[in-house]
Amino acid sequence: MSKEKKDTVIDKSIKRKHKLQAKGVKVFYNDFMAIKGIDMNIRANKVTAFIGPSGCGKSTFLRLFDRMNDYVDGFRMEGEILIDGENIYKKKVNVEQLRKQVGMVFQKPNPFPKSIFENVAYGLKIQGIKDKKFLQEKVVASLKQVALWDEVKDDLHKSALALSGGQQQRLCIARALAVEPSIILMDEPTSALDPLSTAKIEELIYELKEKYTIVIVTHNMQQAGRVSDYTAFFYLGELIEYDKSKKLFTNPEKQQTENYITGRFG
Amino acid sequence: MRKLKEAIIEKTLLTSALVTIAVTAGIILVLSIEAVNFFSEVSVLDFLTDTEWTPLFADKHFGILPLLSGTLLTSIIAIAFAVPIGLSISIYISEYAPKSFRRTIKPALELLAAVPTVVYGFFALTVVTPFLQTFIPGLSGFNSLSAGLVMGIMIIPFISSLSEDALHAVPNSLREAGYGMGSTKLQNSFRILVPAASSGIIVSVILAISRAIGETMIVAIAAGQQPRLTFDPTVPVETITAYIVQVSLGDVQHGSLEYRTIFAAGITLFIFTFLLNTLSYQIRKKFREKYE
Repeated sequence: MSKEKKDTVIDKSIKRKHKLQAKGVKVFYNDFMAIKGIDMNIRANKVTAFIGPSGCGKSTFLRLFDRMNDYVDGFRMEGEILIDGENIYKKKVNVEQLRKQVGMVFQKPNPFPKSIFENVAYGLKIQGIKDKKFLQEKVVASLKQVALWDEVKDDLHKSALALSGGQQQRLCIARALAVEPSIILMDEPTSALDPLSTAKIEELIYELKEKYTIVIVTHNMQQAGRVSDYTAFFYLGELIEYDKSKKLFTNPEKQQTENYITGRFG
Repeated sequence: MRKLKEAIIEKTLLTSALVTIAVTAGIILVLSIEAVNFFSEVSVLDFLTDTEWTPLFADKHFGILPLLSGTLLTSIIAIAFAVPIGLSISIYISEYAPKSFRRTIKPALELLAAVPTVVYGFFALTVVTPFLQTFIPGLSGFNSLSAGLVMGIMIIPFISSLSEDALHAVPNSLREAGYGMGSTKLQNSFRILVPAASSGIIVSVILAISRAIGETMIVAIAAGQQPRLTFDPTVPVETITAYIVQVSLGDVQHGSLEYRTIFAAGITLFIFTFLLNTLSYQIRKKFREKYE
């Protein structure tokens, strides 16, 4: 009891307005400089959208927050990325542990070639959890959270690859939620989906921000306007403008931002 | 003029293709005719159930089982040795090794398959067997253990190279999905990538089995020429292929029953490898559908 209390106190003390921070971040792929020095604070329990033309570095920047660029050949980074005030690029950071805290949803739905149940249970199973009842409850809860439960409840042991693209993407979100992350990164999560599935995912993002800090990369400006509280505009590896979405889309400070959101380039 | 040239080229290519098919058909035909002649004198039931194979002795027995057991024993030893090693190598090269290392080590490994099998045979007989005899005193000079192990070395590149191709072909998005969930490299390899590449890996193993069953020189040199129905790896045995070599090289009269035994043995071998190849083709076909 007392331990629990202590834990919540610690939780509160580290609860910050800024969940994610970037300090002087530069990223290189071999000699190419993909991110040219970005400082940014991302708020907790809000949806932040990254927009910008292809090749502007927004995906690269997003992937820094769960160290997914580590596997890219020739990747090198300068500066600091902080989650809850902790630099996640320090040497002793446990990357696997970090990724349990940070869920990632990719551009193309990428369910494992396993059953629906196994997909959602995967993250828990690799943590060594074997309790069948617990796994079952967690899988059901996660599928309900993404509003997929009613569609798949009779097919839990069928292959996830048999689902439609939109269902697969919601499954991937459920898979990420099952390990109870506090942050969800989405890299153009709807770009491969039809409008109806896209609407479902957007609705979901809206609901999820109660509990999670969400960062979403998107090419679709209407989408950024619809789902996000804050929007950041990237161009050629730099953060050009970062503001409340309402402000950025109606009254941008910078000419480049205005040109982009009004469709004059990009 | 140009049209004529095209037509000539086309016909030449067609002929080459037909020649290959004709040769295969010819082999099957000869095998079948001689085998039918053989089975007109020896009953199929005896062939499949008799536990002795002594066609060259006065007391003739024509049971294929001893040869089959020799073939299976050496192949099982080879596969048991090669699959874990080959698979480990393929996972290491595909998931752990730096790209530059991959480019050097893969051709180097494939070189193992380019060593003439007669060299492997003498390696088994003159190096591996004496070495094993220091641990296993009862090991005879010809035995299926060292022949099997060396055959395993020979087929490692089949398994490692083809499995590596299969692992490498797993879409990167799956790899990222696994890492994104917090998998370690080991968990990602064994829980996601190996299952995702399983059909390709199974095909590589089947092709390796097929190669082991058909392998001749290593077993002819190192496993001995004594057909016996046993699964004891320390004693001499004879495989189907080694028997065929023995009779082909010996002074058996053409057209005799003894001579025809090699076709009966040959068609048994052919059926085995044919079934294995068909199986691997079917699995590969399924595999292709899965990723499209």
